[in-house]
Amino acid sequence: MAVEPKLHAVMAEFATPQELIDAVAAARAHGYRQIDAFTPFPIEGLAETLGFTGTRLPLIIFLGGLFGGVGGFWMQYWCAAINYPVNIGGRPLNSWPSFIPVTFELTILSAALVAVLGMLALNRLPMPYHPVFNVPSFALASRDRFFLLIETGDPLFDAESTRTFLNELHPRQVVDVPE
Amino acid sequence: MTHGDPAIHRYSGQAQRIALLCALGGTLASLVGLVWNPALFFRAYLVAYTFWLGLALGCLVLLMIQYLTGGGWGLLLRRVLEAGSRTLLPLVLLFLPLLIGLHSIYPWTTQAPGDQSGRAIYLKVGFFLGRAAFYFVVWLILGYLLNRWSTDLESGRIPRSTRRFRLLSGPGLVLYGFTITFASVDWVMSLEPKWVSTIFPPLYAVGQLLTGLSFAVATLLLLSRYSSIGVNLRPNHLRDLGNLLLTFVMLWAYISFSQFLLIWVESLPEEIPWYLRRTRGGWQMLAFLLVVFQFGLPFLMLLSRKVKENSPSLATIAGLILAMRFFDLLWWIEPAYPERTAWFLVLDVSTWIGLGGFLMWWFLRKLRERSLLPLHDPYLAHYLPEAVPNE
Repeated sequence: MAVEPKLHAVMAEFATPQELIDAVAAARAHGYRQIDAFTPFPIEGLAETLGFTGTRLPLIIFLGGLFGGVGGFWMQYWCAAINYPVNIGGRPLNSWPSFIPVTFELTILSAALVAVLGMLALNRLPMPYHPVFNVPSFALASRDRFFLLIETGDPLFDAESTRTFLNELHPRQVVDVPE
Repeated sequence: MTHGDPAIHRYSGQAQRIALLCALGGTLASLVGLVWNPALFFRAYLVAYTFWLGLALGCLVLLMIQYLTGGGWGLLLRRVLEAGSRTLLPLVLLFLPLLIGLHSIYPWTTQAPGDQSGRAIYLKVGFFLGRAAFYFVVWLILGYLLNRWSTDLESGRIPRSTRRFRLLSGPGLVLYGFTITFASVDWVMSLEPKWVSTIFPPLYAVGQLLTGLSFAVATLLLLSRYSSIGVNLRPNHLRDLGNLLLTFVMLWAYISFSQFLLIWVESLPEEIPWYLRRTRGGWQMLAFLLVVFQFGLPFLMLLSRKVKENSPSLATIAGLILAMRFFDLLWWIEPAYPERTAWFLVLDVSTWIGLGGFLMWWFLRKLRERSLLPLHDPYLAHYLPEAVPNE
């Protein structure tokens, strides 16, 4: 009486990085776009093969650094020249050279924090639930297996033909990923 | 035995002719300057010599660094760095004109008799010459061994391993740090004998590294554009070279600013005049240009991945930094002298070109002697598999 679970994707398992890259290229060439790959370690060229073109992260980090730098300089300027001006050894109130180290440090701090938080946000992390973990063999993705995933949302997705397509790539196995 | 693409021989032949023309033109103009005003000529010669020595030593140090760190960038740059480090030999002979003009260059050569202060003892002409001889012996031995072993590795006379290169490069870098500390004090800091800055030697050394790296990157990109280096440069190679350049630009800016900040904050009568001389009477313009074109612009451009992965734009930035290195040294050296005439800049540039033309001619000759990639390096198959020769 169990209800047939809704399908999230179909996934193929490969034993080597090169097989995965070839499979990803084949899937892209076939026209699939909503695909993803999972590997135990970074593989050079995989992101490009997946059609991953770029991210807004560098721009976000640059703006974060800019904010930290301008903010850091402004805080010192405001303290030393506006709110509490003190004559120190006849130096100008706006002693900008001595403000630079703190400005520099705050630029780095702010850019680094924005980099980490921005990366998490753009990856929609933390993510407590993801359907791929419904497949028991997926645990091997952090050991020695390489997975290619084609989601049901893909315009070309059809459970039967997609399974056949993946099987033609000679994977170790093709499994359904329930929602 | 000839190596590589015949195109390299055609283009390097043309480049050598251009270099010789530069050498000839620059030297003639400088000789006119020598007859007209010897003191001015010797200062110009010191600026030019400091630049080209920095290029040779920068190449030597990067050569040692890349043996220790490994990586594809080192294999790509190695031949350029080797040929660059081999300009050290003519530079030893080219040190002699500085000795002839020693009295016009260094104010401390005329000491008050009976001055027994530490500074006066350190800055005695005999001691100065002995130290210079020691630096050159150390640098020549390092350069000779690394280049000698490199040809031996290529011809199979030594085992196919970089172990002996690494064993020499570690202590070699320490020796460089030791010698360059004293050399920078002797040759540039002592122009104003009262002035002392403990961070000056690292700044001088990083300047040499920046000169060597921007020269090697620009040369490699020109070679791969106008002939063939035996392998196609991939975007990640260009990115590595760009990131290294960015690192050294930032390091130079960091150390330069540290020196400025400390001296500015203290404002001590022995130290602050160094900056006062260099921020008045027109020199502030040059200081501004240095901040913008040796740091600001290259820094912002090199942040972008697109710029780094574009070979012509990366080569342009490297060329810009290389040119700014000359003006940086000019800004260090020329303001040390109180009196000057309007023509000093022309003489500085012509001497720079004259000396450089000859050294670049020598560099290209040395570059042609070996294949443009270290084909027998054991790490070649790992970093540049497509370049491994079929045997």
